[in-house]
Amino acid sequence: MMRPMETRHVLLFGFVAALFIGTGFVQSWNTALTIFNMGLISAIMALGVNMQWGYAGLFNVGVMGFVALGGLAAVLISMPPVETAWAAGGVRILIGLLLGAVTIIGAILIYTRMPPGRARTLTMLVVLIGGFFVFRAVFDGGVEAVESIDPASTGYLGGLGLPVLVAWPVGGLLAAGAAWLIGKTALGLRSDYLAIATLGIAEIIISILKNEDWLARGVKNVTGIPRPVPYEVDLQEAPWFLDLVTRLGADYVTFSSIFVKLCYAALFITVLAILIWLVEKAWNSPWGRMMRAIRDNEVSAAAMGKDVKARHLQVFVLASAICGLAGAMMTTLDSQLVPGTYIPLRFTFLVWVMVIVGGSGNNWGAVLGGFLIWWLWIQVEPLGLMLMQGVTAGMADGSWLREHLLDSAAYMRLFTMGLVLLLVLRFSPRGLIPER
Amino acid sequence: MDFLNAIVVLMNFVIIPATAYGAQLALGALGVTLIYGILRFSNFAHGDTMAFGAMVTILFTWAFQAAGVSLGPLPTALLALPLGIVVTGALLVGTDRLVYRFYRQQKAKPVIFVIASLGVMFIMNGIVRFIIGVDDQRFADGERFIISARTFRDLTGLDEGLAFRTTQGLTIVVALIAVVLLFWFLGRTRTGKSMRAFSDNEDLALLSGINPERVVLITWLIVAALATTAGVLYGLDKSFKPFTYFQLLLPIFAAAIVGGLGNPIGAILGGFVIAFSEVGITYAFRRVVGYLLPEDMQPEGLLQLLSTDYKFAVSFGILLLVLLFKPTGIMKGKSV
Repeated sequence: MMRPMETRHVLLFGFVAALFIGTGFVQSWNTALTIFNMGLISAIMALGVNMQWGYAGLFNVGVMGFVALGGLAAVLISMPPVETAWAAGGVRILIGLLLGAVTIIGAILIYTRMPPGRARTLTMLVVLIGGFFVFRAVFDGGVEAVESIDPASTGYLGGLGLPVLVAWPVGGLLAAGAAWLIGKTALGLRSDYLAIATLGIAEIIISILKNEDWLARGVKNVTGIPRPVPYEVDLQEAPWFLDLVTRLGADYVTFSSIFVKLCYAALFITVLAILIWLVEKAWNSPWGRMMRAIRDNEVSAAAMGKDVKARHLQVFVLASAICGLAGAMMTTLDSQLVPGTYIPLRFTFLVWVMVIVGGSGNNWGAVLGGFLIWWLWIQVEPLGLMLMQGVTAGMADGSWLREHLLDSAAYMRLFTMGLVLLLVLRFSPRGLIPER
Repeated sequence: MDFLNAIVVLMNFVIIPATAYGAQLALGALGVTLIYGILRFSNFAHGDTMAFGAMVTILFTWAFQAAGVSLGPLPTALLALPLGIVVTGALLVGTDRLVYRFYRQQKAKPVIFVIASLGVMFIMNGIVRFIIGVDDQRFADGERFIISARTFRDLTGLDEGLAFRTTQGLTIVVALIAVVLLFWFLGRTRTGKSMRAFSDNEDLALLSGINPERVVLITWLIVAALATTAGVLYGLDKSFKPFTYFQLLLPIFAAAIVGGLGNPIGAILGGFVIAFSEVGITYAFRRVVGYLLPEDMQPEGLLQLLSTDYKFAVSFGILLLVLLFKPTGIMKGKSV
């Protein structure tokens, strides 16, 4: 099924592997594995973006939002439910949300069923405004009750208490739902509109996560999300583990943390392998050929009887689900949901750099880009600091300019990423591993 | 009396701030819409161009302040603004030469330009943070108020004060001047007319001997002037923080699309639609209504439709509505 890779591509993967192994020897294996695990997640995000951009030519700049929804799923599925909060106002919140949904569905029904005219507009306005106030009246009370229950440690409804692995597909589903909503409105219009709409939904998802304390504690963060892998402290007491450590002759504290990271890596590699198999299948299938035909010439594809908008919606939703999945995996890896850390440069634009650099339209390229750019993103900061120290070495200690330059070294990252993106786009637009 | 008080509260917290904010958004949206009309892509680096222009102006302002130069009651930043525009113009023209011109010659798809503008955004973002950092910078000086709340109360004898800040008045006046100049330029000068012709029909314009590179150059210079002005006014009115300028991208795009992309009058209208909805929907109307209703019917809640944390949701909601029902915008913009 999969075609053999060219030597050049194998060498490229070898080079990236060497970067990680080098990190292991020079810095530490713990660091190398930490970067590698996030590299795996980045590769999955890049696969999602590549599906939208490489397969279908859709420009999604809301990756951050879908990733964050995946993170939310991890909280909602795996945290234990807060019984007292449910008793205080959980049902009321649910009823409120239900009323809100009913209002919107009602308005849509009125819009589609009633004949156009002033009567329709008025009825719709009455339903929307009336529904909004009813929704707020029911919903606000519930929120207040829930958030007042022990706000320092809970103050939210909690989750379902299920195994965290269940959250991964659920994260995909949540992201798919949001993507459907956006795709339905913005697809079929100019390509830039999708970009702007996705940019907007991402910001809104983040502000919901930051402000709706009843949902996931807002900026107070949810910590201690259950793990799918053993805890270090448990390992350090398990006889089989200590036995293994003595046989390997390693330090048991360091090795326990490496072992946990290896477990995560195994899980992530499994997911990545399944995904690559699936997306490669899709790429080589008639469906994949149809998507490329639509991407390359929408007019002629439409003339051949392909429903361009429906296919775009399909691929947009599927690929966003992959981003949601990656988001759930990331939150599982971190064991915490911190809405404040979701910034578009890191979660949207960096993933784009990965895809463009790796090679848009090639899944292996996207994976390669994911690992390479993530490694760079982590390592540019110390390198930038070193560079600045070199540049400022001749200056007097404590001089204003020297301090300023050293302080600003952190922002080298943004600059470097922008430069890499522009250079690759200009001089090697097909990326490191081009589309076949 | 109560009725007047209600009006004063409304003016103070909704109408004046929204007008100033609307003027800032309109200037931003004009820049986006011009680039869209002439170069035919959505410039994602626009927010950071505003930040860059504002930053350069701030640096010059500090230099003036250090040298003891000031404009008396007006902020010194006004004096530094032309210098900021010149530097930003140079940066934009340089970016065009290094980045966008290549894709223009290649006749690349618009979405490639958008991706290139993302790269430019990263770099500008990096430059701004590198030079001035990520923190809030205040650079407003001169007289703080045209009318302060207390003066107003003393003058009128009302319970509520009306504060009209210099920066708000300045925003409205400067934006008005900028818009008048822009429309005079587009409507009356030869270059302006050639720009409009180029925007309407590129091939026809080329046939009639319009030099496209010159049109593009002038567009970037105008965009630099608009973006720097918008950035400085926003910074004077609120405060300068690089990240908020990135976040302005959404309301600015929403304003440009709501008005009709590529349509300058639409951009101004869109700016005010977005600003008034944002401020109006997130303002707590309790005090206004409190003055209007009799004693025994005082409202219990804040009468706030959405919390201010969701102000971006407002521009986004309007954007979605426009995309759903009228994708070309209020003032019929470019093709869908």
